[in-house]
Amino acid sequence: MILDLIDITLLVFLVVTAVAIVRLDNLFAVVMLLGIFSLISAVLYVQLDAVDVAFTEAAVGAGISTVLMLGTLALTGSEEQKRTHWSPIPLAVVVITGGALVYGTFDMPHYGDPNAPIHQHVADRYIEKSGQEVGPPNIVTSVLASYRGFDTLGEVVVVFTAGAGVLTLLGHGIVSRRKRHRDEEEIKRELEELDLDETDVTVLEEEDI
Amino acid sequence: MLRRKHIPRTVSKILAPYILLFALYVQFHGDYGPGGGFQAGVIFASVFILYALIYGMDNARKVLPPSIRRILLGLGVLIYAGTGVVGMLMGGNFLNYSVLLHDPLHGQHLGINVIEFGVGMAVFASMVTIFFVFAGQDRK
Repeated sequence: MILDLIDITLLVFLVVTAVAIVRLDNLFAVVMLLGIFSLISAVLYVQLDAVDVAFTEAAVGAGISTVLMLGTLALTGSEEQKRTHWSPIPLAVVVITGGALVYGTFDMPHYGDPNAPIHQHVADRYIEKSGQEVGPPNIVTSVLASYRGFDTLGEVVVVFTAGAGVLTLLGHGIVSRRKRHRDEEEIKRELEELDLDETDVTVLEEEDI
Repeated sequence: MLRRKHIPRTVSKILAPYILLFALYVQFHGDYGPGGGFQAGVIFASVFILYALIYGMDNARKVLPPSIRRILLGLGVLIYAGTGVVGMLMGGNFLNYSVLLHDPLHGQHLGINVIEFGVGMAVFASMVTIFFVFAGQDRK
């Protein structure tokens, strides 16, 4: 009964946060609310006994994502652009998609149903045999690292690709820095040949302006 | 950024070692409690992000030069995939850790720890790289 109450309270909080995120124009506040959304989700995962997922949600969703989005806001500005015209199409798309998803949940098994497909497949084997086959007391680790090791390799490659992609798109490469360094050296050498030092050059430039 | 704020500077200085220690605990206790490479990598990265926020990007770059970040980023994935290849060379399937040591359970334990370490390294390097690249852009 109390657990149900906690669930309902948390879900109401989630809905309120989501609506506030959509309504607000100040992106700084939106980022903070997204962090709160992640934190409430993390508490819900704890409530579902999925502590590993909750841990990840709290660390990644509420922690790093918030910092990264704040970093982006520092580059782009923190006010949402004013909407110039109102169009019914996005609303229709959202309502239809949302309706389809809710309709889909009617076919889902109830929470904790022992006859749910997920419990008929490999879960039994993980619970019964992972101790003898893999060892660690935390079954999540056994599944993640050993039974589904190939999946996790894929996830790590995704994380790697994200880092490499950001580096390629926005980063200044090592090569370019080395080249910049070489250019500076060259300028210095040329200045030495002309028997000038850098202060003379700056004075000259200021005079030009 | 926050050069003159004494409280954040002092608090971050005191907390940083404990956050690093907690990250290592999460990393190497993933097989006993909640956690593992993903979470540990993120927590480890958060220390460097905190440092960059409080002491500025230039100092943070000195602590963690770009070349090291790049090497760690690739090395993490290589450690993971390499463990799989070692398993293949020792006569098992890709990412089968049972063949790594004489006792299959010990092999599994070793394999899981090694790949989790690779995961932690890749996630840490990726998070730090993304933050440093974003925060290092010129403001317009």
